[in-house]
Amino acid sequence: MSSQHINPYVPHEAIILERIQEAPSLFTLRLKFTEQKIQDAYEFEPGQFNMLYLYGVGEIAISIVSDPRDSHIIDHTIRVVGRVTRGMDNLKAGDRIGIRGPYGRGWPMIESKQKDVVIVTGGLGCAPVVSVINYIEQRREEFKRLTIIQGVKHTADFIWKDRYDKWRDLPDTKVLLAADVGEALWPWHIGPVTTLFDQLEFDPDNVCVMMCGPEGMMQVVVDHMLDYRVPASQLYLSMERNMQCAVGHCGHCQYGSKFICKDGPVFSYDKVSDLFNIKGF
Amino acid sequence: MEQDYHFFQTDQLQNLLNKLQDGGFTCIGPQVRDGAIIYDEISSVKQLPRGISDEQKPGSYSLKTDCGSKYFAWANGPQAIKPLVFAPKEKLWNSTQTPDGKINFNIAEPVTKKLAIIGVRACDIAALKIHDQHFMQQQYIDPYYTAARQSLLVIAVNCGHPAETCFCHSTGDGPFVSDGYDIALTELEDGFLINAQTIQGKTVLASLSLQDCSAEYLEESNLIKVNASKQNRQLPQFDIQSRLFEELNNEEWHTIATKCLSCGNCTSVCPTCFCHSENDVPDLDGKSSDHYREWDSCFGQGHSYIHGITIRSETSQRYRQWLTHKFSSWHDQYGRSGCVGCGRCMTWCPVGIDVIESLTKVAERRHE
Repeated sequence: MSSQHINPYVPHEAIILERIQEAPSLFTLRLKFTEQKIQDAYEFEPGQFNMLYLYGVGEIAISIVSDPRDSHIIDHTIRVVGRVTRGMDNLKAGDRIGIRGPYGRGWPMIESKQKDVVIVTGGLGCAPVVSVINYIEQRREEFKRLTIIQGVKHTADFIWKDRYDKWRDLPDTKVLLAADVGEALWPWHIGPVTTLFDQLEFDPDNVCVMMCGPEGMMQVVVDHMLDYRVPASQLYLSMERNMQCAVGHCGHCQYGSKFICKDGPVFSYDKVSDLFNIKGF
Repeated sequence: MEQDYHFFQTDQLQNLLNKLQDGGFTCIGPQVRDGAIIYDEISSVKQLPRGISDEQKPGSYSLKTDCGSKYFAWANGPQAIKPLVFAPKEKLWNSTQTPDGKINFNIAEPVTKKLAIIGVRACDIAALKIHDQHFMQQQYIDPYYTAARQSLLVIAVNCGHPAETCFCHSTGDGPFVSDGYDIALTELEDGFLINAQTIQGKTVLASLSLQDCSAEYLEESNLIKVNASKQNRQLPQFDIQSRLFEELNNEEWHTIATKCLSCGNCTSVCPTCFCHSENDVPDLDGKSSDHYREWDSCFGQGHSYIHGITIRSETSQRYRQWLTHKFSSWHDQYGRSGCVGCGRCMTWCPVGIDVIESLTKVAERRHE
């Protein structure tokens, strides 16, 4: 399914192998194309996304969370927010959907080799960076210090506790968690995620920062990192905008002159700094 | 170049249509419908808007009759040729579901009907070239646009009657065509100058009985060009591309937004606007579902919607998105401005917002 694919708009059928309920409004679908030829030809990079089609309802852009090495299975973690995702929430193992992809430019996994990696996420789940963490976990020796920072509004929003516990056990890895609003027995930090930055250990000349979450949060991270003299070209953000075609034709995801779907969704900060965090773009 | 031009008498125009039809083309031409000049199928020159002219102003379009005997004595109508290559609504595929849940996807075959469009203006050819870039010359190729485009024979008619809203001369796109056509005509008092640019166009020319082009005819054509280039409006002279993005917080966006209805008329009539949405339309019995694409507008509420957030909730933000894209971001995307100077966005704006006035108010430095 290269860009030369004869008709870039048409999905292929895929079957749900497993459905995992991650949290009350968050679930993962483990998928496989039903046509073996399509499945065999399918390759992707962390940070890329697929268009998932719910029969009779429509399509939605969702990032891929599984590892490229496990390319026999495609995992998508989906938050229930709209018409398509609400419908997908009712799917179960054995059900079929449509998939086309992968699309976009993913995380800089080659460029970040032999560097410290800092991953900052805010909000719920933040599936786009899970693929990066999985990728590094499977190739731990190829990267230097790994720091994962996750900030949530409320402690109740903290999902995937098991995964964070597992990641904490990785060699040379630090997991820092913060909630703006706490509750009893929350063992981690209470306060904005940025207050955890003092605990960061990285070499500003040899670090790659990857972040996803609300743009206001990413702006704060960017500002801090620039203060630490990390070059803008080493700060990577995963951007989200309305996407309908995913191939740079429909115009919805335009961000200045960029098409988020094909020029992104992952951008280094220097590529988007002109418009970043300006309301209305 | 002179030897490339030929001449035929006005009464031979029908012969051109006949030859095109003989060549397997369906002819599309201008005609009057519902008080406007539109493009649709024609088989006879009698259907052309002979002696009809148009009067356009921001927010206003009307036709005048008894304006001489020319067929193309008007500027343009609401349509460009955009609807013929990029349909307002088009089925991309269909899916069916079997009782046991299997989904089959059936591709809608692109339409490859041979169309010859007569009466295409230079502004619309410029727009067509932009859409060629957008749909056919990027990473992904649109099969529907490509099929329609490759089935198209473009017969331009150089514009001798720009409207009050036209400014194609200042965008560098008109009033006469320079490339991007198969055949080009210039309508003179007694007939037409004709020349062809492509092999397909030259083949059609070879089937016609043409006269040599005299120096007088060329002179007459040149005079039409000179006069049609004297347009009432022109793009402001300052560096629009960089100035617009320096004025993102200008109060003027809000002033324009107090008038703008966010209706999307401007984006519908704009020959370069390409935004479209994709929608599924399931059959009532649930056994099948059609997947369409349909023109969309950055002025709509849903255009910037993403998981519960509308990025551009205010009209001022939508107008700013449209104008900055058209006149600034477009340069980075396609190497030129997205405006071809056709003036349709003003004419068909129900409240008559003048795009040149907007550019000037937002981005002209008033205190250097």
